[in-house]
Amino acid sequence: MSEEKPRYLLFLGCVIPYRLSSYEISARKVLAKLGVELVEMPEYNCCGFPMDPVNHDVMLTLAARNLCVAERENLNILTLCNGCFGTLCKVNKTLKEDKEERERINKYLAEFGMEFKGTIEVKHLVYVLSEDVGFEKIKDAVKKPLTSLRVAQHTGCHIVRPKKLIEKDDPENLRLLKELIELTGAKCLDYMDEAECCGNPIIGVNESIPFQMAKEKLEHIRAVGAQALITVCPFCHMMFDMNQPRIERAFNEKFGLPVLHYPQLLGLAMGFTPEELALNELRVKPFDLLNEIQSGRE
Amino acid sequence: MSETQEQVLNIIKAEEMDPKFKYEISKIHGAEKIMLCYQCGTCTADCPVSRFSNFYRPRKIARMIQLGLKDRILSDKDLWLCTTCYTCIDHCPQNVDIAHVVRVLRNLSVKHTNSMPLVFKELANNLMKTGFVYVIPESRHTRRAQIGLPPLPKTKPQEIAKLFEITGFAKLLENVETFGRVE
Repeated sequence: MSEEKPRYLLFLGCVIPYRLSSYEISARKVLAKLGVELVEMPEYNCCGFPMDPVNHDVMLTLAARNLCVAERENLNILTLCNGCFGTLCKVNKTLKEDKEERERINKYLAEFGMEFKGTIEVKHLVYVLSEDVGFEKIKDAVKKPLTSLRVAQHTGCHIVRPKKLIEKDDPENLRLLKELIELTGAKCLDYMDEAECCGNPIIGVNESIPFQMAKEKLEHIRAVGAQALITVCPFCHMMFDMNQPRIERAFNEKFGLPVLHYPQLLGLAMGFTPEELALNELRVKPFDLLNEIQSGRE
Repeated sequence: MSETQEQVLNIIKAEEMDPKFKYEISKIHGAEKIMLCYQCGTCTADCPVSRFSNFYRPRKIARMIQLGLKDRILSDKDLWLCTTCYTCIDHCPQNVDIAHVVRVLRNLSVKHTNSMPLVFKELANNLMKTGFVYVIPESRHTRRAQIGLPPLPKTKPQEIAKLFEITGFAKLLENVETFGRVE
């Protein structure tokens, strides 16, 4: 019996190609090895999320345009970004279920010769790994378990909230990313307020509040003794990695906490080298972490 | 200014109140249940932004709508402090989609005050130019090729411009005023 290989249209969004190739590189490596086939989107635009605050219809139409491209290709979408997932998933659901909204947005889409039909699904990396690849297969792919590591996770908001729209993991008791982390052999530590937002979405209008939010999370993570933080969203990653030195300066603190994209952690456990997973591109250098992994294996 | 004086300035005058405002709002997708808010304050208690802001209070926003304080709420820049984490939506016992209500108010505020935070105008302009909200420099494309990543998919900026036009957003964007930081 031949098993069908999962195929997805890869929706990269804006911020990953702009700033976080490390996430794309590591995700592509890991997914290929796990037998997930990625098809490049023939054309796309911003998911729409950044425009929602100023114009809801622009957001809906931008998102629907992307969904129509996927419908034309007859393939489900895989996103790496929480924001892209939340937007495309919710708009897909709204337009499938709400006839009035669908007709209204289809009038806009008709200008581009497009029509939303509602024939595809949208999934985030976390859901493709847990639902389609499956824990067993990931476990089998782990060749060099990271048993000496203790890490923490930051799932982020838009792949779990609002719960009634996403209907996946429980945002009050996050489970999926923790389980995916433990498959690598690393221990995933619980910490206080772990489901809270990183603060990044408002950084364009106010820096002080997101910095305080992220600093508090970093303190809680440090308190349980985590050696790294694992994220699955480019915006959360930027908040904790790229902005970490600035947060340290603003509060006269020293965290030095490496922040890895989940596929980087999984990739290390699967036997890829740090170079292959673009770990050198992280702002907070994970030297101690890599030494720890090395000595844990010796 | 003493605290007492400040409170005097904040007194609500009857003529400020637009009794129809709550009906207007509750007709908009996402804000249908605003009248069900009974001011329990769960949204504010569980809001991570409210913990660090002296001003942003979702409960107060809901009450201002119910009272019909249209001008006040639509010109309140604190509206821009919601991170859309949706914790308030998940925790509201009355199922008021409070983060969506804030989005509805932000959209209306842009039209009502003819202004928006600068960052959104910049993102929108990039979108019209490139199809992405950032201008991805040529060096990024070259680097992708060097490290063996496939080229980025094509975008159709002319269609984005068209989309902005048919939704009425282009016209708004042309003359909109901007402001920088919200503290």
